[in-house]
Amino acid sequence: MSKKTLVEATINGEATEFLCEPRQSLLECLRDVLELTGSKEGCLTGDCGACTIIVDGRVVDSCLMLGVEANGKTISTIEGMAIAGQLHPLQRKFLEHAALQCGICTPGFLMSAKSLLDRNPNPSEADVRYALAGNLCRCTGYDKIVRAVLDAAAEMRGCGAGKAATR
Amino acid sequence: MRRRQSGDTLVLIEAQLTASQRGLTMAETAASGNFKVIGTRPVRPDGVDKVTGRAKFGADYSFPGMLHGKVLRSPHAHALIKLIKIDKALALPGVKAIVTSADLPEAENKSEQAGEMAVNPRHLSANILARGKVLYDGHAIAAVAATSPHIAEEALRLIEVDYEILPPVMTVDAAMAPGAPILIADLRNKEEGDKPTNVATHYQFKRGDVEAGFKSADFIVEREFNTAMVHQGYIEPHNAVGIYNADGNATIYCSTQGIFDVRLLSSQVLGVEVGKIRVVPAEIGGGFGGKTTVYLEPLSVLLSKKTGAPVKLTMSRAEVLRATGPTSGSKIKIKMGATRDGRLVAAQIWMAYEAGAYPGSPVGAGAMTIVAPYTVENFLIDGYDVVVNRPKTAAYRAPGATNAAFASETVIDELAEKCGIDPLDFRIKNGVQEGSPQVVGPPYKRIGYLQTVEAIKNSPHYKSKLTGANRGRGVASGFWFNAGMQSSAIVNIHPDGTASVVTGSPDIGGSRASMAMIAAEVLGIPMTDVRPVVADTDSIGHTDVTAGSRVTFATGMAVYEAARDAARQLVERAAKAWEKKPEEVELRDGMLHTKGNGVPPVSIKQLAPRFPRTGGPIVGRASLNARGVGPAFACACVDVEVDPETGKVQILRATVAQDAGKAIHPSYVEGQMQGGTAQGIGWALNEEYFYDAKGILRNTGLLDYRMPTCLDLPAIDAIIVEVPNPGHPLGVRGVGEVSIVPPPAAIANAIYRATGVRMTETPMSPPKLLKAILRHRSSAANAKAAG
Amino acid sequence: MHEIHYEAPTTLEQAVAILKQRGEQARPLSGGTDLIIQLRSGARRNPYLIDIKYIKELRTISFDPKDGLRLGAAVTCAEIDENPLMHRHYPGLTEAARLIGSVQIQNRASVGGNLCNGSPAADTTPALIALGARARIVGPGGEREVPAEKFAIAPGRTVLQPGELLVELLIAPPPPHSSDAYLRLIPRNEMDIAVVGAGVALTLDGDRIKAARIGLGAVGPTAILAETASQALVGKKLDDAAFDAAARLASEAASPIDDMRGTAEYRRHVAGVLARRAISIAAERARKN
Repeated sequence: MSKKTLVEATINGEATEFLCEPRQSLLECLRDVLELTGSKEGCLTGDCGACTIIVDGRVVDSCLMLGVEANGKTISTIEGMAIAGQLHPLQRKFLEHAALQCGICTPGFLMSAKSLLDRNPNPSEADVRYALAGNLCRCTGYDKIVRAVLDAAAEMRGCGAGKAATR
Repeated sequence: MRRRQSGDTLVLIEAQLTASQRGLTMAETAASGNFKVIGTRPVRPDGVDKVTGRAKFGADYSFPGMLHGKVLRSPHAHALIKLIKIDKALALPGVKAIVTSADLPEAENKSEQAGEMAVNPRHLSANILARGKVLYDGHAIAAVAATSPHIAEEALRLIEVDYEILPPVMTVDAAMAPGAPILIADLRNKEEGDKPTNVATHYQFKRGDVEAGFKSADFIVEREFNTAMVHQGYIEPHNAVGIYNADGNATIYCSTQGIFDVRLLSSQVLGVEVGKIRVVPAEIGGGFGGKTTVYLEPLSVLLSKKTGAPVKLTMSRAEVLRATGPTSGSKIKIKMGATRDGRLVAAQIWMAYEAGAYPGSPVGAGAMTIVAPYTVENFLIDGYDVVVNRPKTAAYRAPGATNAAFASETVIDELAEKCGIDPLDFRIKNGVQEGSPQVVGPPYKRIGYLQTVEAIKNSPHYKSKLTGANRGRGVASGFWFNAGMQSSAIVNIHPDGTASVVTGSPDIGGSRASMAMIAAEVLGIPMTDVRPVVADTDSIGHTDVTAGSRVTFATGMAVYEAARDAARQLVERAAKAWEKKPEEVELRDGMLHTKGNGVPPVSIKQLAPRFPRTGGPIVGRASLNARGVGPAFACACVDVEVDPETGKVQILRATVAQDAGKAIHPSYVEGQMQGGTAQGIGWALNEEYFYDAKGILRNTGLLDYRMPTCLDLPAIDAIIVEVPNPGHPLGVRGVGEVSIVPPPAAIANAIYRATGVRMTETPMSPPKLLKAILRHRSSAANAKAAG
Repeated sequence: MHEIHYEAPTTLEQAVAILKQRGEQARPLSGGTDLIIQLRSGARRNPYLIDIKYIKELRTISFDPKDGLRLGAAVTCAEIDENPLMHRHYPGLTEAARLIGSVQIQNRASVGGNLCNGSPAADTTPALIALGARARIVGPGGEREVPAEKFAIAPGRTVLQPGELLVELLIAPPPPHSSDAYLRLIPRNEMDIAVVGAGVALTLDGDRIKAARIGLGAVGPTAILAETASQALVGKKLDDAAFDAAARLASEAASPIDDMRGTAEYRRHVAGVLARRAISIAAERARKN
């Protein structure tokens, strides 16, 4: 067993410390060490996006980042998306539009979509499809996912900036 | 559909499916349009868990002291295993146990039905851990349990295996050639007597006189089609946590389409009684037929038994692609004839499907679907199930039908063109309807094939004009049987008048919503007052797989019956309280009324607290083997643009029409239609298993196994057609599968109109299409020069 | 994965010292989007990973009209795409960076890492070759510069010696009336690897081509500079005849293999098609500069 390293990071707004082996991916640390199993493993090669999280404001595949690389970083995972029990508009729109079937890809899609809307509150359908191209869904054919993101963006624009998480 | 057992026989099927096609006489068939819940689009009951990351999928389970398992896999396609040495691996600190096929009992060599599939326990066991011989690249050889997945993985590198490499047999042509290397020494079929063979089964279906049929034809089209092996491509890799207790009982947590199948198959492989295994369904991250068998589940129990600790195994994506069920690649030779006025008169079809390492391709289903949408007077169809050095195939969404339709629907397009008839009109002219003969069995009952074709014909898409260079529009149809089989359901009425619905059908695409909606409709309460639960194998009666488009049909039927059972009991309780006869009381919109004057109505909510005093809890129950399966049809229209210099195809627009019978939750019906269409597009354009000359799979990741991203697909318009299934109380047909069937042929037909090239192989990837375009151009130039 | 040790030096000197000490056992870690996959699959088994993302010099993009571009080896593709100067002066290289993988990958992957990975199909390498980029390498023996087309020597292998580190990529300022373009063919529209990639940089003199460089990817064991095809454009007018001739020579420069991504025949054909299209885009852009 190789020596473990102490990593300090802010995860979903909480200052967090964890121990990990350098060979453990950040995904593995989130899932197996921190029990944040909402980020999923689909390929371990950065091709499916099921493990997508946001690190220092940017989406990354957490399977292609080492846990030790998270030191000092600010991380958001799907577990932090709903705030105080209030679903984010994207989460609500995914439900209203039936934008998920099996649901394994959903956390990754939501993180990618959130990152898109954080940067571009008024995306075109093409923008949405480009931003979500790193997330594979095998169930839906993407149609309802794209509609849900566009609808969430419209709602969030209507409600003004900064009120996203509280309707 | 329940596939035929793949015995070693020539199967001549004249009148199959009789039972499943016989409509069940239900007390009532719902009058359309009077539903309060059914047909609406509520949020699914498990929705919040799934958008917050709280839903627990198989790989999300962990237990104190849990070990991690990894599987050693063959680097050769075909080889004898001479020796396995595990001592170095066992010596690695952290390694707790290693198992090989020596740790499994000898399983019986027989064929028996398990859910949708015919299963041979000996083949199943040898697929889980190879016994003396490996039959494909990725074939499991040994499994390790260790304190971390990394240690288990490192241990695999220390296991030494001596192989004697044999020549790989990768295609049906190679496997059927005289003198081909034999994969399974004791495989026989009836026609070849005691001769070793790679052909497991020959199916034959016939009607009329094919030769006479062709004589009456004015146009005959004859072509050969080849389709590549493709994978279901679910995003969640296989997983299992096994916990073996010292008392001999075992529990398996896993993501599966069929908990009762996992229980049965694991018991066969492990030699443990069924009753000693409990299977707990985790959430499942896609399956499409691929999670209807076992790979890791028995290994998790075996390793747990050897170590005394819970053991979790998960597959990598490479393992999923190398070693879990793809669907068959196939070769189909097809000849069809039509009269000048556009009547199909004859079809002669030869089809061979890759079964993978062990018998059991869906060629039988392919043969039964290939002309199913049409009334062809004369046909002769031969199908061959052929073993090759590739992973054992598993079901994939309408198994066998997509390969078949790629061939038949392309040829039909060509015949329509020769007859000068619009391709949709040609289909309408020859299409099956109520009373038309099926390929096997009695005539179709009420079906919606023609309605799906009409829906496309009347769609804004088909009515629009497609303009621009290198663009083309294609259409195609598809058929799928759908399945019935066994389901159970329990409806509990809670003290506050709400209800729970317990079933054994893992929810793979939102079926909890339709189960809750059916129960709510029957009880007359809001859908939000019904909590659906997917229970484990000890908590609900036997329920067959979530597959064959059967959950909303068969489990839905059980939920309907269980809810009616609960309703009947509610009526009895109210009658008792009111000192009336049950016939004098009825449940309407969640209220219990007396017929005629008298007592003011009482809601279920008001009645429920009185259960303890009126006879105890109310539990509605139903268990059934669902008959009255309603076949499904779909028709698709696709526009493409081809880059004639690179052979790359863009899908510009896609529309699919499908007969749902009755759409319980239209959004999830549309979702199935869109998802199936997307998979059909992937199959058509870029997905394929790419083996090298040694039989090693080269594309073992999602970079090179190319499933469509959202930039590869347009919005997909879904038109739900509702022709009620007379065999279901709510008119339901299954909707999960048939939409995958039309796209490859529709795309081939669109490519033809864009380029003049008839594609006869999948995938129609850029290199293959460019080659065909260049060949077409040079032959056109030659013809011009000669002319 | 085997056991690894992780270090994150903050200066170039520290990084070089560690790399020297660990020799072939060490490998620099930038975005990790290739390296972590290779370590996991066993394709590479370096026990020491040196995270170079904390070294300022490697994270900097600087452009000077006189000296041109200094592109730190660990600058991410996303950072390149977000830089207006990159879009203005090197649109071809920028679009190559933007084509690599998904948004998730672009947020981690770097052009330097793309080059060091040594894949013949790396998207940014043909674009770098077209621009005449030089790789500035620092090692125990000091510094050296290597042209982009000489950096990879075989699939997965580069000129880097144990202890050496790619620090930055140097590209001359774009001459007047010049521009670049990059195109690749992938079977899908995203998340795919180039079957063929073509980068082109052109400088115009009126309606004639003054200078041209064509880089091709995935058509041989390493990305190449298609010299004959490039030279064939020089002095020519911007017309179909010149473009067709260059495309033909680009096809001839290709020495691809058959694999799961395409046949040799297909790749040769597409190399010509893409080279021609990229020439035409670069010419269009150069005309406006």
